[in-house]
Amino acid sequence: MEQNILKLDPKLKLVYVWQQPVRIFHWVNALAVLMLCITGYLIGAPLAIQHGTEASFNYWFGIIRAIHFIAGYVFFFNFIFRLYWGFVGNEYSKWDNYVPYKKKQWKGIWEVLKVDIFQLKLGPYETIGHNSLASTTYFMTFIAFIFQSLTGFGLYAAMSPSWFPKLFSWFVPLVGGDMAARHLHHLLMWVFILFAMIHIYLVFYHDYIERNGVTSSMIGGWKFIEVNEDEDKMNED
Amino acid sequence: MNNKRPTIYEEFKAKGYSRREFVTFCSLMGAWLGLEVSGVSQVAKALEAKSRPPIIWLHFQECTCCSESFIRSSHPLVADIILDKISLDYTETLMAAAGHQAEKSLHDTMTNYKGEYILMVEGSIPTKEDGVYCCIGGKTAYDIMQEVAEGAKAIIAWGSCATNGCVQAAAPNPTGAAPVGKVIHGKPIINVPGCPPIAEVMAGVVVHLLAFDRIPALDSQNRPKSFYSRRVHDTCYRRPNYDAGLFVETFDDENAKKGYCLYKMGCKGPNTYNACGVIRWNNGVSFPIQSGHPCIGCSENNFWDNGPFYEHLKSFPGFGIESTADKVGLGLGIATGAALGAHAVATNIRKRKLIIKGRKEIEAESSND
Ligand code: HEM
Ligand code: HEM
Ligand code: SF4
Repeated sequence: MEQNILKLDPKLKLVYVWQQPVRIFHWVNALAVLMLCITGYLIGAPLAIQHGTEASFNYWFGIIRAIHFIAGYVFFFNFIFRLYWGFVGNEYSKWDNYVPYKKKQWKGIWEVLKVDIFQLKLGPYETIGHNSLASTTYFMTFIAFIFQSLTGFGLYAAMSPSWFPKLFSWFVPLVGGDMAARHLHHLLMWVFILFAMIHIYLVFYHDYIERNGVTSSMIGGWKFIEVNEDEDKMNED
Repeated sequence: MNNKRPTIYEEFKAKGYSRREFVTFCSLMGAWLGLEVSGVSQVAKALEAKSRPPIIWLHFQECTCCSESFIRSSHPLVADIILDKISLDYTETLMAAAGHQAEKSLHDTMTNYKGEYILMVEGSIPTKEDGVYCCIGGKTAYDIMQEVAEGAKAIIAWGSCATNGCVQAAAPNPTGAAPVGKVIHGKPIINVPGCPPIAEVMAGVVVHLLAFDRIPALDSQNRPKSFYSRRVHDTCYRRPNYDAGLFVETFDDENAKKGYCLYKMGCKGPNTYNACGVIRWNNGVSFPIQSGHPCIGCSENNFWDNGPFYEHLKSFPGFGIESTADKVGLGLGIATGAALGAHAVATNIRKRKLIIKGRKEIEAESSND
């Protein structure tokens, strides 16, 4: 019994990492992507539902598509909001965490690969926000989001009476027409599915190994971080 | 010399067409071009007053299906006047002249009507090996194209060959077949894609040029907006079945008999910009989808490389013909799942000590105080 109740590791400090807007972005995004993957898959491979009735009595495929387009709008503007927050948010959500343009970041990526993926070293490495590999992965995911929006709205321009998707129609000829854009759009769905699988696994993995409460950090915003005394002082200066 | 050419209306009459037939023709053209009623009389007036511009029609890497389509236009007037053996200044397949005579005719038109003639091109232009894959009269298609385009007022690229290269440009494109737009720059080019284009679309483009003396409104890919701004899918009469989720599953099933949507049979209608659903073919008799066959997207760029005609998406490059994005994706998904499982097991073995050690440390610290 006693064994199961431990005092908190005194070295661990609670750090407020994910501000509320980032958390809201994350879950709106996760939900939208989930909806888009389900409806998108169905658009690509509709179910064989047989009706005895006339076409005029049914609209299920139209509704699947409508959900896809609505979720597409939510996804897009939510994403734009996150980009904005990358400039005004706290240090952990700033854009320069994500773009690997510093040597330190590339070194960090290698460290993480050694410790977590290949398990050559036992670790630990120190990060408070996303670790270097994670941020680079999110950066690439963000780029994939941009392409998904360009192809999605580019395709949508042909079927929507609204002016907004028309802003994207220039992109479709660049990739070689509607067919190619659709193919790219479809492939990117699989990229997101694979990303989500690995992402969720790694979040659970870190929580399990490091007991830093990373899973719930995207809910409450706080992480348990082992804060170095010296660094603490440095930060105070 | 220019003034001596009869007006288009005079040419019609000389062919034995009545005034009534002429007016019918003008109204039809007006309708296809989407003109207002006043536009129709504009067409009629223009054709009465103007003489036919000199036309040079070149054939390169092609199958002549565009010409074949054109001469089957539902109203024979255009084909009769434009493609007539006598009045067309130069066209390899239909003119009476041959050999040196033909070359002379081409040369005469080019010099006498410099800057005035309209150049119509059927076929793509090979660019590999200095263009030896298509030579006419000892000259490569590439050189002929440059020479003739030089003095052309405008260029019409007929069909998918001349607008995107069609089958001969399909991977690996052994002859380096290129569309007109890739080898000619600085001239107005009207792209009229399709394999072949619909006869009425071709006629409409020509009449627009004749009647208004200017190029019809074009989209970003230089296609006339009046015919290529909507997808086949948007004008398809099977569309209600699509929205209702009623699909043909195999060509011989009950749903095919009921005329359900052909989306799952690989219909490219949702990605194809053309007027087949509206104008249809052969005098409006039918079009592929009406005949029970999915659209193959013949007027789209690279339609030969856009995958099997009977699959919704193209096959995934490098994984064999049968592999779709979904099959590859699912395979990667399963592989990823297995890798994650293996990683989880490895973690518990490899990092067990770390986990226990961390726990011990905390336990020790907890019991210390
Ligand atoms: C993570 C985000 C998204 C995913 C995973 C996704 C997935 C898909 C998939 C798998 C398809 C079917 C493609 C096919 O095989 O034909 C599709 C179609 C489509 N998506 Fe998305 N999509 C996403 C975002 C968007 C966005 C932001 C838009 C913009 C409105 C959009 C608009 C469309 C359109 C217009 C189609 C074609 C629908 C049709 O044929 O009627 N998508 N999507
Ligand atoms: C149950 C499912 C999920 C859980 C528990 C989860 C959890 C988390 C956590 C804890 C983080 C912060 C990680 C860190 O500190 O490095 C995070 C970040 C992120 N997650 Fe998820 N996630 C889930 C699903 C998804 C899905 C489906 C997507 C979309 C494809 C997604 C996209 C992202 C992105 C883009 C970030 C970076 C956020 C930012 O920096 O703004 N997540 N997630
Ligand atoms: S048959 Fe083809 S063009 Fe017609 S509604 Fe179905 S998918 Fe669209």
